Amino acid sequence: MNNVEITDAVLVREYMQGNEIALSKLINRHQHRIYSFIFSKVFDRDVAEDIFQDTFIKVINTLKRGKYNEEGKFLPWVMRIAHNLVIDHFRRNKRMPKFDNSGDFNIFSVLSDSELNIETQIIKDQIENDVKELIKELPEDQLEVLTMRIYKDMSFKEISERTGVSINTALGRMRYALINLRKIIEKHNLVLTN
Amino acid sequence: MRKLYTKKLSKKDQFKDLNPKKETVEFLLNYSKALRVVETRGIKFGTILN
Repeated sequence: MNNVEITDAVLVREYMQGNEIALSKLINRHQHRIYSFIFSKVFDRDVAEDIFQDTFIKVINTLKRGKYNEEGKFLPWVMRIAHNLVIDHFRRNKRMPKFDNSGDFNIFSVLSDSELNIETQIIKDQIENDVKELIKELPEDQLEVLTMRIYKDMSFKEISERTGVSINTALGRMRYALINLRKIIEKHNLVLTN
Repeated sequence: MRKLYTKKLSKKDQFKDLNPKKETVEFLLNYSKALRVVETRGIKFGTILN
């Protein structure tokens, strides 16, 4: 009896070559993990179902177009797609809030608290992580000033003393860091809003 | 004080039997079977065959 499990990489390759059964195996293998992950964020069966479906539609479209590069990372890739779709879902809902009153007026439908809830926290974390990755593309001197100013909360006087340049130079580097950061965001076609 | 006899599920138990509906998985498999990608002049188009 053959007990050796076929790897995701092999199944992906077979699917890209036209073997539909391979997709069925991939879904069966990972459905619980992916669905649980989505549900743990949205806590709604129907929404989780929709996001799970959209995730695999993206997976299918990408694989069928041959755009996927197998690097032995099928599951993390799918999880990333699911994660992004969860964020999209919360962003959409924030723009169009749902009023689920069942007849009676519910004051909590029109009131909101300004504190971050779990959804906005996820989005905030995602944006902060994206920004941390993006600033790595800045030139060293600008990255240094930006890190000291934003992440270490240092004044420009302290920065100029630490880096051995004038305050004006430090200010100029900060200005160019922000200009370049905007350019990088545009280049990558990113939307970094909460 | 009244006692509460409901058992709080652990996080592990809450997510134990979570799976998508059979219909969802079937839809995905049918969608995959119906999707054909055609390449014309370097551009790839997806078509759904029914």
